[in-house]
Amino acid sequence: MTDIPQIAAQPRNQWWDVWDQFKTHKGALIGAIFFLVILLGVIFGPWLWGIDATFIDIRSRNQGPSFAHPMGTDQLGRDSFARMMAGGRVSLAVGLTAMALAIGLGTLIGVIAGYFKRLDGLLMRTTDLFLALPLLPLLLVIIMLFRDKLNAAFGPEGGIFILMVSAIGATSWMQTARIVRGDVLAIKEREFVLAARSIGTPNRRMITRHILPNVLSPIMVSATLGIANAIITESALSFLGLGFPPDFPTWGRLLFDSVDYLQQYPERVMWPGLAISLTVLSVNYMGDGLRDALDPKIRGR
Amino acid sequence: MFTFTIRRLILTIPTLLFISLVLFTIVKLSPSDPTGNLPLTIPPEVREKIRESLGVNKPLLVQYLLWLKQFFWLEPRIFLEHSFGWNLGTADETRLISYQTRSPVMDLIVQRLPQTLWVVGVAYLVGTLIALPIGIISAYKQYSVFDQLGTLVSMIGFSVPPFFSGVLVIVIFSVMIPSDSYFWLPSIYDTTHEVTDWASFKYQFRQMIMPVMVLALQITAQISRFTRASMLDNLNQDYVRTARAKGLKEKTVVLVHVLRNSMIPVVTVIALGIPSIFGGAIITEQVFKVNGLGQLLIIAIQGGDVPTVQTLTFIFAILIVLFNLIADVLYGILDPRIRYD
Amino acid sequence: MKLKTALMGAAASLAVVPMAMADGHEGERGRDGQLNIIYWQAPSTLNPYLSGGTKEVESASLVLESLARFDNTGALIPSLAESIPTIENGGISEDLKTITWKLKDGVMWSDGSPVTSEDAIFSWKYCTDENSGCAQASYFDGVENMEAVDAQTVKITFNAPKPFPYTALVGAESPVIQAAQFAECLGARAPECTDANFGPIGTGPFKVDEFKPNDVIQFSANENYREAGKPAFATVLFKGGGDAAAAARSVLETGEFDYAWNLQIDPNLLANMESQGKGKVVTAFGTSVERIHVNQTNPDPALGDERGTVAHPHPFLTDPAIGKALSMAIDRELLVEVGYGAGGQVTCNVLPAPEVYASTANDACKTQDIEGAKKVLADAGWTAGGDGILTKDGNRLSILYQTSTNAVRQDAQALIKQWWNELGVEVELRNIDGSVFFGGDPSSPDTFQKFFADVEMYTNNFAGVDPEAYMANWRCSEIPSPETQWQGANMQRFCSEEYDALVDELATTAGIDARAVIVKQLNDMLMQSYSIIPLVHRGGVSAHANTLAGVKITDWDSEMWNIADWYRTGN
Repeated sequence: MTDIPQIAAQPRNQWWDVWDQFKTHKGALIGAIFFLVILLGVIFGPWLWGIDATFIDIRSRNQGPSFAHPMGTDQLGRDSFARMMAGGRVSLAVGLTAMALAIGLGTLIGVIAGYFKRLDGLLMRTTDLFLALPLLPLLLVIIMLFRDKLNAAFGPEGGIFILMVSAIGATSWMQTARIVRGDVLAIKEREFVLAARSIGTPNRRMITRHILPNVLSPIMVSATLGIANAIITESALSFLGLGFPPDFPTWGRLLFDSVDYLQQYPERVMWPGLAISLTVLSVNYMGDGLRDALDPKIRGR
Repeated sequence: MFTFTIRRLILTIPTLLFISLVLFTIVKLSPSDPTGNLPLTIPPEVREKIRESLGVNKPLLVQYLLWLKQFFWLEPRIFLEHSFGWNLGTADETRLISYQTRSPVMDLIVQRLPQTLWVVGVAYLVGTLIALPIGIISAYKQYSVFDQLGTLVSMIGFSVPPFFSGVLVIVIFSVMIPSDSYFWLPSIYDTTHEVTDWASFKYQFRQMIMPVMVLALQITAQISRFTRASMLDNLNQDYVRTARAKGLKEKTVVLVHVLRNSMIPVVTVIALGIPSIFGGAIITEQVFKVNGLGQLLIIAIQGGDVPTVQTLTFIFAILIVLFNLIADVLYGILDPRIRYD
Repeated sequence: MKLKTALMGAAASLAVVPMAMADGHEGERGRDGQLNIIYWQAPSTLNPYLSGGTKEVESASLVLESLARFDNTGALIPSLAESIPTIENGGISEDLKTITWKLKDGVMWSDGSPVTSEDAIFSWKYCTDENSGCAQASYFDGVENMEAVDAQTVKITFNAPKPFPYTALVGAESPVIQAAQFAECLGARAPECTDANFGPIGTGPFKVDEFKPNDVIQFSANENYREAGKPAFATVLFKGGGDAAAAARSVLETGEFDYAWNLQIDPNLLANMESQGKGKVVTAFGTSVERIHVNQTNPDPALGDERGTVAHPHPFLTDPAIGKALSMAIDRELLVEVGYGAGGQVTCNVLPAPEVYASTANDACKTQDIEGAKKVLADAGWTAGGDGILTKDGNRLSILYQTSTNAVRQDAQALIKQWWNELGVEVELRNIDGSVFFGGDPSSPDTFQKFFADVEMYTNNFAGVDPEAYMANWRCSEIPSPETQWQGANMQRFCSEEYDALVDELATTAGIDARAVIVKQLNDMLMQSYSIIPLVHRGGVSAHANTLAGVKITDWDSEMWNIADWYRTGN
């Protein structure tokens, strides 16, 4: 605790402290930079790269990496580089949004169930119900009921996006909820919570100031695993015809489609595999850094 | 704690009944049809006859009540008859019949159970046993080489889905390695294989290596991450400092005090995972042709086989409710301050 | 009436010659040990009457046999019957209303009891029972009665003249089952006989040792099989599960299996696996055609319950010029090259086989002509709008193109989309899981019968060699509609009185040449309406190990039709 002069000088916003701490975490910084590069690449890449991801040039099919096609071409002669960038847009959008939805919902339900004893039974039995739902028939039903309506309201791509994200989100929050609840049950009985309660801290402040920061690490882990899970689930759904149109590339689909070519064209399976792994890794390191930065005990150590 | 357990157990009955109704509605609503996979040369009127004979067209409620009766009244009695040789007068009643195989669903499940327990169960065990030490060491030596390596492997392990890792190991161990080599492994799981002696056990072991490893990779990745995160949280707590100050051995501090307090999220994850053993591993089973419960479920879903899907998912639901209850009880044992009354 | 047909002539001549020993390879029954077969879709039962799936029919064909079957050329050959009945040999009555089959002498079931005409009659009763839900009931269509003339002779009477009477108890789909075994399993009791359904007693070269539904079957040689020295294999392991690529790999690359079925994967991939030198890829062509149906009714969701019904013709696809242009823009050669390899041939007919029925009037489609297609559209009055999409009378040429989920189909979709885009046609692709698409559930909007899209692509075929029932699919009365719970085979809602009249004429015409003339006319009418765009004549693709010989793959019957003649070679 040697920073006293600094704090005395000016009441700094605590988020600056968080950022300062985050910066010192090497892994987190590299992860963040990497993530930003991927993000910028998939957002602006397709504009800069002249070849359309769905353009078929049948004469140049099954090519290895070359100057014209840095990642080679697929079995129909589509440019893999363009497909990777276009696919990244969808995969990242679906992965991040669905993960955020699942984590948000899971944390909310977990905290409420753990903190308010009266709601625990109902919420946890609901969680049991959702855990028991078979994903595939459920999705078939959701799609049957809502696809046309959503398509009419948001256009075919927007409709499918909302459908996918909410379907993945709605079927993957339960683990987070159970984990958060378990931790909250234990934290709630700790001395500092009892102390806070004894001075009359209202429930809301209690949750945001005392409970949530202490369940952050399992949430971070869930978030990291959640992204990978959402990207892969998306590919499984698209493959079954429940997701985006078949010529719409996503990382999961590219990976799935190229598995058959593992022996002949190993690079084709490498690109999407690497992209997914690196994204998940960078999110993981960012999560690590953020967790450390938010922990007041570590911060300033 | 005891009264809590009893109360919860009683409460599971209405919960499960409600879940079964929701499951049934979803499975029935979902638009796959038992005649969907038949060749197109079979004319529509014949298809309608088939549906009729399966009872697909009966009112929803009638079908649900029939299923309830078969599942909760008839099948348990048949089980008792088989186990103890009693006669409970079940001979004339129609059992829970699968649309696809036209044979009792319970027989199918019993048939599939061994290979699923062998492969998925062993993978879960192996995965958990590897994950715990990795998680503990990575947390204790945060940012060491071991930790970094563990992070890398588990993150890649989790982001590479089994449809890829499975095919990759098949290409390496079944295709590239010649079949007369000692390191060659079979790519197709032989479900008719019986372990009777050392040689047949060795074969069983060999054919299990690849599917178990592919599955265990995913399980390890997940559990080790949660263990590590939870350990890290606890290593900084005041009680750890107190324990060290009291002069307790470092080993005792870490493996008894910290570990015990870190187990809550880990127990949750494992309790959520065990029912999924029963659910099988759909993709891994498919890649290695294990044909366990996961494959049974996916084929039943694709074939619109309502009785099979309903029964399997419901048994799955029972296990979920049960293991979440066990987890709740374990919380109370791990941390006696947690009370449910 | 004389029934002189090339087909039946061939059948009769073959019938005289006993099945020749394959390649002169002879020896003891069971000398070649175990045969490993992989069907990546696993059989769910061994009673083909209870499940009509190809996998069930083909696995059961190792055990169950019918009176006659089709060989690899599509010719009829006797199996349980002594010979093929024809008008010439008196087996078929002059009025075409009865057919009399005589069983071979001394044929026994695998349990040692003799096969009698009662077994054949029982099989008919079993399948046609009101409550059995028999999947093969259509094979007995028109059968009024079956009676035993004596213990070896069955007489089948039809309720109307049947120009092609070889359906009931012919081919792997409608085999003869043992009356004694299934006696208690008639009608609604059929599913209760699990032991019989999973282990039927048959006359075929193998008998069932163990059956695990949707997983694996173990067969062993039938010691009562009627031909000495056959089968060469003592046991068969019939494994299911996985996917087509994995099945191909297990035969062509790892060599764990001897035979793999239905390998519809990228031909380039298959060729690469084959080049490892462990096995061969074999193909057989039947009547399967991958085609695009062009919706003649309007699938606009705004129409509500009347969506996709004949009350609302499609705003622009009813114009044959558009179908013609869409067809001309397709490079079928390339579709075959990319998606099918040896398992596909370019076709311009919805009925490409048997050869006598195949029309040559539409062969112009075999070469791609994008410029020509553009001209057709321009002549029809379509002009490019601001976004490059063709418009006419306020209609934009924008198409929703649906098909079932399948890697080859998705590649074809992408290719065709690009060609159509070149014409100025906007295309949105959709793929639907096969179990939903082909499921026919009236509550789902995604079935191929409802056809809530502008064009859809899938494969259809007909069983056996006679196309009468198949061509009747496109009668006006076959149009799926809400009134029929969307049942019906006329997916594109083609309707022509002239066509219907011609179908009626076919039903009463005998003689293969006369029938062929009508069938070709029907095919050409469909083709010229451009409501169907045929793409590829598809064959079955399988692979077998180099050490396995005697395989003669057919698409007219079970691929396992001659498994009794398979044997192991030295290399």
